[in-house]
Amino acid sequence: MAVRGQFHLQQGHFVLDVNFHLPDQGITAVFGPSGCGKTTLIRCVAGLERALGFLKVNGHCWQDESRHFFLPTYQRALGYVFQEASLFPHLSVVKNLEYGFHRIPPQQRYVIFEEVVTFLGITSLLYRKPECLSGGERQRVALARALLTSPQLLLMDEPLAALDADSKAEILPYLEKLHEQLAIPVLYITHTMLEVMHLADTLLVIEQGRVVSSGALTAVLTQLDLPLAHTYDAGVVIEAKVVEHDEYFHLTYLNYSGGRLSLRRENLPLGQKVRVVVNAKDVSLAIENEVSSSILNIFPTTILEIVEDSPGQIMIKLDARGTLLLARITKKSMVLLKLQIGMLVYARVKSVALL
Amino acid sequence: MFDIAIDWTPIVLSLRLATVTTLILLFLGTPLAWWLAHTSCWCKTLIEAVVALPLVLPPTVLGFYLLLTLGPYGLVGGLWLLLTGGHLAFTFTGLVIGSVIFSLPFVVHPLQNAFQTIGKRPLEVAATLRAAPLDRFFTVVVPLARPGFLTAAILTFAHTIGEFGVVLMIGGSIPGKTQVLSISIYEQVERLEFQQVHWLAGALLLFSFLSLLILYSINKRLY
Repeated sequence: MAVRGQFHLQQGHFVLDVNFHLPDQGITAVFGPSGCGKTTLIRCVAGLERALGFLKVNGHCWQDESRHFFLPTYQRALGYVFQEASLFPHLSVVKNLEYGFHRIPPQQRYVIFEEVVTFLGITSLLYRKPECLSGGERQRVALARALLTSPQLLLMDEPLAALDADSKAEILPYLEKLHEQLAIPVLYITHTMLEVMHLADTLLVIEQGRVVSSGALTAVLTQLDLPLAHTYDAGVVIEAKVVEHDEYFHLTYLNYSGGRLSLRRENLPLGQKVRVVVNAKDVSLAIENEVSSSILNIFPTTILEIVEDSPGQIMIKLDARGTLLLARITKKSMVLLKLQIGMLVYARVKSVALL
Repeated sequence: MFDIAIDWTPIVLSLRLATVTTLILLFLGTPLAWWLAHTSCWCKTLIEAVVALPLVLPPTVLGFYLLLTLGPYGLVGGLWLLLTGGHLAFTFTGLVIGSVIFSLPFVVHPLQNAFQTIGKRPLEVAATLRAAPLDRFFTVVVPLARPGFLTAAILTFAHTIGEFGVVLMIGGSIPGKTQVLSISIYEQVERLEFQQVHWLAGALLLFSFLSLLILYSINKRLY
């Protein structure tokens, strides 16, 4: 585990009490309602708050209160993207970028200035003042500035929350691209399920200052004892690869670990890795594999769990050859089909949404 | 009209006093204002009230207490005498100490406001970009608080040039040592030497007006 930490912090009536570990790369989404302590948690990681406990990053100890050791923020190799625009208003874009870059000794740098600037598409903004940038542009500059410090750990505190829908849509592709290329752990705070589904590999669910669940994205999303699996949009994310385009039927085929998915023709190169969402409300169940159905995506699955969702509604967790799925059906259907744990059923997926 | 001989000594003395006072106050007032802007100590309100005292006290009252403290039997004056063998009351050094205390709120208030307006966030950002505390202060706080620093410097300078009561109480009117511009004007009025007074008073009026004009135009441009 690349990042291991344990914090205890009391602020008035609020108590943060967390224990976590993050894999050495990939995005860990810290998910939870506002006021649950997400921001406090990454402020502790950054050393902006001093909690009791310890923090280890890539074998380096950043904090160990048992021996009163606390590395101040400016000595921690981290990048921090704040929720609101946090660019220095008195400096141009390029000076903002250089602020961190120049403070890193050259032998500790693993990024090239021009590459980061090109990657985030901010070359034409370099000589502007922050006040002349749009919200989305500011966040891209802030992200570039954080990356230019060659961090060992990237912290992002709801970087899209303060942006309008257009700016969110503008930044998300950069974050997805970053996700593919970045070889360091990222802690990404959000309270938006869509961002989790787009970006997260691992999920850390926080409620009232405590970690209620953590683990691989799909494992946590399908945890039926968590409220996440009972929201209107409850569902799973499947990682797949584009394998074929069917021009006659105007379809695109994707392969995932459990089989093949078809969806409406998308303009994607073959071999492209994509994420799709399968919502629980779009999955129905059948005892037999009816070929006479209009639905294309039908998978043999085993029932793993059955839980009451809301009055008259049942949430069922399925194993489709190693890929987890959720299905929301009525209680009446469950009784009529005599569904039980361990039974083999066919999951019929009405719609698959490309992320 | 131009054949009048202007005595430059009080003018030079006033300018020197104002410059020294402003420099010392920026040096001392900045950490004090920083502390007031960020502390949550219970004594903050107390210190703020003490700092603001010169704004409401009659200068003669302040001058009276300063004279007692700075005099050879006072706490500070006595200590000074012991250490240096010199006096503070009725000397230029005494004037500087008096002016520093008298103009303290003119430095602390604008700086404290500026620091509070900046808030903690830019400093936290700088820390995540590897800037050490002093580095953060000079590369982030100073440029962002520039209007505050300019206001503090101009107000202190102008206020010191214009002070009268405190200076008279602790400095008296020794030509070349403690007889500053405002006191020189007062004495010339007493001697009915109006022509010289016209020049000096007019110059002082113009100077004060220009200082404030510069101050307000800077603030308008920067805020």
